[in-house]
Amino acid sequence: MENKGIGQAGSLESNDLIVTVNLMVGEELDIELESTVKEKFGKQILRVVKETLEEQEITKGHIKIVDKGALDFAVRARVKTAVKRAQGRDI
Amino acid sequence: MRSLRRTMLFVPANNPNMMVNAVVFRPDAIIFDLEDAIALREKDSARDLLVEALKTVDYEGIEILVRVNPLYTPFGETDVRELVKAGLRNIRLPMTETKEDIEKLDALLWELEKENDIEPGSVKILGAIETAKGVINAPGIATASTRMVGISFGAEDFTRTIGAERSKGGQELFVARSQIVLAAAAAGIDAIDTVFADVEDIEGFRREVESAKALGFAGKSVIHPSQIPVVHDVFTPTMEEVEKALRVMQAIEDAEKRGLGVISLDGKMVDAPVVARAAKVVRLAKGAKIL
Repeated sequence: MENKGIGQAGSLESNDLIVTVNLMVGEELDIELESTVKEKFGKQILRVVKETLEEQEITKGHIKIVDKGALDFAVRARVKTAVKRAQGRDI
Repeated sequence: MRSLRRTMLFVPANNPNMMVNAVVFRPDAIIFDLEDAIALREKDSARDLLVEALKTVDYEGIEILVRVNPLYTPFGETDVRELVKAGLRNIRLPMTETKEDIEKLDALLWELEKENDIEPGSVKILGAIETAKGVINAPGIATASTRMVGISFGAEDFTRTIGAERSKGGQELFVARSQIVLAAAAAGIDAIDTVFADVEDIEGFRREVESAKALGFAGKSVIHPSQIPVVHDVFTPTMEEVEKALRVMQAIEDAEKRGLGVISLDGKMVDAPVVARAAKVVRLAKGAKIL
C-alpha cells in the first residue's frame, strides 16, 4: 500500500459533497468549508468532519470540503473514502 | 410471515440523494447496487457510502438488499465483510452459476456472523442467475444453503450467453424463466423476474409483468420508480380471489378446531397446495392494503 498523501472522494450532485485531503502538509488540521448551506449547517458539517477524522486518527493536513447539502452519513462516508485513498487503499 | 417481494428497486450505491429518497416510492425491497452501476474506480467510495447509510438511514421496514460484486472479483469479499458488519442482512449475489458459488458466500457468512456476534444463519442470500450455466444449475443453487430466500433471473446477460437477441415477446427467455420458477418453487423460496430496461414503455412493461405473474414469479426487479405501481397493480388479487382465499383459510381453521384431517369446500377437496395458494393471495391482498 503506497501512501500518496492526497485523496479525493464524492461529487457535486445535490445532497453530495467533494472531500479533498492532503495529509502531507501542515502541523495541525486545517479544514476549509464551502457549502450551499454553510450559514445554517456549517457548524454541524465541521463537527461531523472532525469526528470522522478523529476516528481515523488524522491529526494534521489540509482538508477541503465542497458541500451541496449532504446529510451526515454522506459527509462521514466521503471523508473516510478520501482519507483511505490518501493512505493508499488498494480495494 | 413470508416477506412480499413484488418489487425490488435497484438503486445505485453512489448517489446519496437516491439512497435516502428511494423509500418514498414504497417498493417491497430496495437493492443497493455495488456491481454494474458502479465504475471500477468508485467501488470503494460506493461501499463506504453504503456502510454509513445502513448505519443511520431509517428504511421504514422496507427490505434492504445489496447487490455485492461477485466473490471472484477483488471487491466482493470486502463488500460482504464491511456491509454485514454495518448491519446488512440480505445479500444479492450476482452471476451465480453453481451451488459452489452460494456455498462460498455461505461459508464466509458463517465466519462473519461469528466474528461480529450476529445470530448464526440470519444473513440471507438471493442468488441472481444470469447465464445458461446458472439456469441449468438453478435447482442446486436454490437449495445450496439454508440462507436462500430467493433466486432471480437476469435476462440481459442470459440472452448474450445463449447467443440470442432480447425480444419484446420474450420467447428466448421462456424455458429459462420457467426453470427458475420451478427451482424456486421446489425449494420453497421466491423467484424474482428480470428487469425491463425500456422505462418509457409502460404498456410493454405491464405485459411482461403479467407474463411473469402467470409463470409463477413472486415479483420483479425494477430499475425505475415509475415501474413500481404497475407491478403492484398486476400482483393485487381481485376481491373475488381474496374472498375465496379467506373462505379457504376459515375452512382450514374450523377443520383444525374440530380435529378434521381432510376437508372440502364447495364440494372440492382443500389440500396443501390450495391452502398455500390461499395464504399467498391473503399476503398479496394485505400488501396491496385491500385487506
